Amino acid sequence: MDKFVIKFENVGLRYGMGPEILRDLNFQITPGSFQFLTGPSGAGKSSLLRLLFLSLKPTRGLISVFGNDTASILPDELPAIRQKIGIVFQDFRLLDHLTTYENVALPLRVRGKEDVSYRKDVIELLSWVGLKDRINVYPPVLSGGEKQRAAIARALINQPKLLLADEPTGNLDPSLARRLLRLFAELNRSGTSVVIATHDLDLMDQYQTRRLVLNEGRLQVYD
Amino acid sequence: MKGGCRFMTKYKSYRRKKLQPGRAPVPKISDADYGKPATKGDPVKILPRQNKQSSIVPRETIAGNSLMLVIAIMSFLLCITFGAVSLVSDTASAWQNDIAREVTIQIRPVDGVNMTEALERAQTIASGKPGIDSVTIISDDETARLLEPWLGAGLSLEELPIPRLLSVKLKTGKRPDFDELRRELTESVPGASLDDHQAWAGRLTRMAGATVIIGVAIMLLVMAATVLTVIFATKGAMSGNRHVVEVLHFVGADDKYIADQFQRHFLLLGLKGGAVGGLIATLGFLIIGYWTGQNSATPEGDQMTALFGTFSVGTTGYSGVIVIVILIAFLTAYTSRATVRRQISALEQN
Repeated sequence: MDKFVIKFENVGLRYGMGPEILRDLNFQITPGSFQFLTGPSGAGKSSLLRLLFLSLKPTRGLISVFGNDTASILPDELPAIRQKIGIVFQDFRLLDHLTTYENVALPLRVRGKEDVSYRKDVIELLSWVGLKDRINVYPPVLSGGEKQRAAIARALINQPKLLLADEPTGNLDPSLARRLLRLFAELNRSGTSVVIATHDLDLMDQYQTRRLVLNEGRLQVYD
Repeated sequence: MKGGCRFMTKYKSYRRKKLQPGRAPVPKISDADYGKPATKGDPVKILPRQNKQSSIVPRETIAGNSLMLVIAIMSFLLCITFGAVSLVSDTASAWQNDIAREVTIQIRPVDGVNMTEALERAQTIASGKPGIDSVTIISDDETARLLEPWLGAGLSLEELPIPRLLSVKLKTGKRPDFDELRRELTESVPGASLDDHQAWAGRLTRMAGATVIIGVAIMLLVMAATVLTVIFATKGAMSGNRHVVEVLHFVGADDKYIADQFQRHFLLLGLKGGAVGGLIATLGFLIIGYWTGQNSATPEGDQMTALFGTFSVGTTGYSGVIVIVILIAFLTAYTSRATVRRQISALEQN
């Protein structure tokens, strides 16, 4: 097993010819760890998440994902690596023309699996996130919280080794936010490394765990 | 959560096998707030099962329907143009063949020469030559009818020095020696001359060639307009699907899978649109062909038949329609695939 899920060494990022928005990032995410990624708006949280998800390439430095140097990963190898990473977007990114069930099953479907092979698992996961009764409902009909849970279920269905969540509680009321966070914590207890990007200090205060604090492009790690 | 959820049981088991302990500390939390466990029993049987999965690419979208309409219109225009060019080309070819299969012997009235005898002698000479199928004397009545537009009705050929004609039909593939025939006619029949239509056929060939070239040029322009319209309309429809490409990309679909999904969807869409346009164009050809057939005895019908034959586009025209429909469908599919590839490439390079 890899010692680190992800490791950053002197990573910097700039868009085009603009200023460097992430500077000298050095940290690692260990298997089964749980951390918040926080910082003021515009500090680069989303950019860092995109680096973690391999949808951005660093301008400099070294990123190692599951033991692979991202600079040497071939484009054909990226899908297989992404399948080990679940991501929950701030804006959910559910497909409106697919039902909740189909959205959650999407990561398995795109791997060429047959519906019969994963149907039970998808339904159980939907039950677990409290969406069993919304299985054949289309996203436009779902509430914000339901969409969020569907997005989380989609991120989990592949049993990822790393879960990234961008402001997962941003649009939710406090009680639902707490409940979702407990869901992440439960997932973490089952072995998945979790990174949650948030600027909700109240929420973070409820969990004394590792914090990655971004400020003006630099990262402070509080273990 | 208290153990019940099969997914989580499997999930934890999977994790225990794959990962080692020693995780970063997380707070112990109450099970009470977790998602509710699955209903006991087999949830597959409890919950309604969908018969068919939705397509990954959205169907029946406004952009998709608009694209299909554009494809139908452009394929209709292209099929009509191709049919018209095919018709003109066939007709020009038929004109040339008709003229090439016939020559005319003309006998001018000469004092002291019996016209009837001269006609029969010329017919005998021409009939004996190799490569000649038949020689027909244009009768007095036919000659009078030919001259009627200029000299009026009730014409008496005896009163006017009108040249007489013999229509000579040639055998296919074997042309007679016109020089020898011409020499023999002029020696044996006073006032006889042979017109092999070469001057007329040359002009007609040039005119027909020019007509076909103009038609082909128009068809190429329509084809270029169709290709560009289909490409831009497909790109427009694809831009509305960008979020689908992104989501598929982020959930781990490989590029080929995503491209295949869109290519299949847009191939069907192109086939539908192209088939509608091609079908309407084919119906148009059939209706005009039927109309000219029904009006063949009328002056309008005769004029149309004289110009365009039976107004039938023929096998080439209908085959062309099928080829156009297939080509447009493949063009649509290829454009969608290339657009997906470009969108994915942009996602990777960001």
